[in-house]
Amino acid sequence: MSTANAPRPTVIPLTGPAPARSRRPHRVLPTLVLLLGALYCLVPVAWVVIASTKSNSELFTTFTFAPGSGLLDNLRDLFSYGGGQFGQWALNSLIFAGFGSLACTLISTMAGFALAKYAFPGRQAVFYAILGGVLLPGITLAIPQYLLMSEIGLAGSYWSVLLPSLISPFGIYLARVYAASAIPNDTMEAARIDGAHDARIFTAVALPMMVPGMVTIFLLQFVGIWNNFLLPFIMLSDERMYPLTVGLYTLLSKGSGTPSLYSLAIIGAAVAIIPLVVMMLVLQRYWRLDLISGGIKG
Amino acid sequence: MSTVTDPRTARRTRRRWVAPYTFLLPAGLLYLGFLAVPIGYAIFLSFRGLRVSGTGPFGVQEETWVGLSNYAATFADPEFLAGFGRLAVYGFIAVPLTLGLALTFALLLDLPRVAGARFARTAIFIPYAVPGVIASLLWGFLYLPSTSPLNFVLRRLGLDPINVLDGSMLFPSVANIAIWTGVGFNMIILYTSLRGIPGELYEAARLDGANEWHIAYRIKIPLVGPALVLTGLFALIGTLQVYGEPTTLRPMTNSISQTWVPLMKIYRDAFVRDDLSLAAASSVVLALGTLIVSVLLLRLAQRRTFGES
Repeated sequence: MSTANAPRPTVIPLTGPAPARSRRPHRVLPTLVLLLGALYCLVPVAWVVIASTKSNSELFTTFTFAPGSGLLDNLRDLFSYGGGQFGQWALNSLIFAGFGSLACTLISTMAGFALAKYAFPGRQAVFYAILGGVLLPGITLAIPQYLLMSEIGLAGSYWSVLLPSLISPFGIYLARVYAASAIPNDTMEAARIDGAHDARIFTAVALPMMVPGMVTIFLLQFVGIWNNFLLPFIMLSDERMYPLTVGLYTLLSKGSGTPSLYSLAIIGAAVAIIPLVVMMLVLQRYWRLDLISGGIKG
Repeated sequence: MSTVTDPRTARRTRRRWVAPYTFLLPAGLLYLGFLAVPIGYAIFLSFRGLRVSGTGPFGVQEETWVGLSNYAATFADPEFLAGFGRLAVYGFIAVPLTLGLALTFALLLDLPRVAGARFARTAIFIPYAVPGVIASLLWGFLYLPSTSPLNFVLRRLGLDPINVLDGSMLFPSVANIAIWTGVGFNMIILYTSLRGIPGELYEAARLDGANEWHIAYRIKIPLVGPALVLTGLFALIGTLQVYGEPTTLRPMTNSISQTWVPLMKIYRDAFVRDDLSLAAASSVVLALGTLIVSVLLLRLAQRRTFGES
């Protein structure tokens, strides 16, 4: 049983409770505007799914939103391209995003917990350093990070993309905000009186209470790493190590010379976004994005 | 009662210090290694450069301390400044439209009795899951004259096809990609923030005769002020680091140069021209610029949203 003032895990920002049925009529204009917005957001996704069914010749001759007949051929071409490079890119993306965001979540949670629940010399300085890190655009760091990585001989390795993804000042900030509100001091004190060490307080008391916040940090970081382009683009030179973003970009830039690669880039894009969209739809109930909007008040 | 010199108390106090530092250690090391040290290294590099030393035909190139000359070169470079100019045009389109649409959608979602709200909320959020590079690829094909649905219709009607990746349409076309990927995320942040407003406020306002428009304008928008500032800050930082979208569109059009935005020029200086010092100086300028703009925005917003109350 969690304590009374721990946030309920059922607070679901994306799928709130259905509005109570009312006899008054629905509003028409707001619905219309919202559906227009939905249409705007879905059209490119629908386009890529439809275009991925077209053969190369159909791509340039038939109407854009008319389905074609080449889906299976395209899929076969995609997965056989460059000796199965596409599958390798997908696997790389999964390794970078999966491992990176898991480790980042744990590191951020530990740091956020320490910042929220302990008084120690230098706490304020650490916190300001983290705020500075939040404001600093991560991408302007990519070039100095590359220079340093090549100094120590790590540029071009998996580590060169993975290691910089493990530190997220924003993740630490969110963890601190969440720990401050989710872990009551009384519970910490009670555990301490019961003789628990700090490590045990963290694993047995704090971690379970911080799970909703951790899921949010994990998803933000997962999407962030999965979508990252510049860092792997700069760090990696071996095509087999590319994540999907960089791989598809190289396909497209080669495609401007050989239009046959266009249909590969299109089906590649379709295959690349479907897992992420599915993950988003399935996991959206666990997001606590109110953390982000609530955090700035404190 | 224990005294101050009780060794047990001393040990416990020390342990209380050790624990938070231990929890902070991994994050601290990574922060140093991948944030602090790279910044320090970039600053160091930005003051260095290749200079010919020795005299006559046998002078050798040598890396030495060159002071501020890389910074002078950065600020004197018309392409770098033009890049900021293009960034400004792009930002003036992308940031207000992203925030405006996000706020509009969030307010509409928050209205009582709106049909299809749940579907729209999910649909508008979906582009957030699409990587910027893939979003550019999708829109690129929708823009490309040979695959654009608009041009297909225009040709059928016997009209001239238009190229939205050229001329005055280029900036809105690139900005549209950022708007498309950004609206949903910002909408959700604003929407969750709206839902945190206590309902009694609305009831009191309704009793006073306020309609939904008044409530939105007088209560909701001021109360989500902090969330708006936050989303604005993210949008601004995102604008200054635009890189993937124009880079992906480049193979599809002749209108996007290799140095179209500052980060593209920095990339070219570092990796095509091998002028790491100049790239480092430009990186430092870009990072400092972002930091200054962010802090100014936060200061301004703090005075606006919290100063009045």
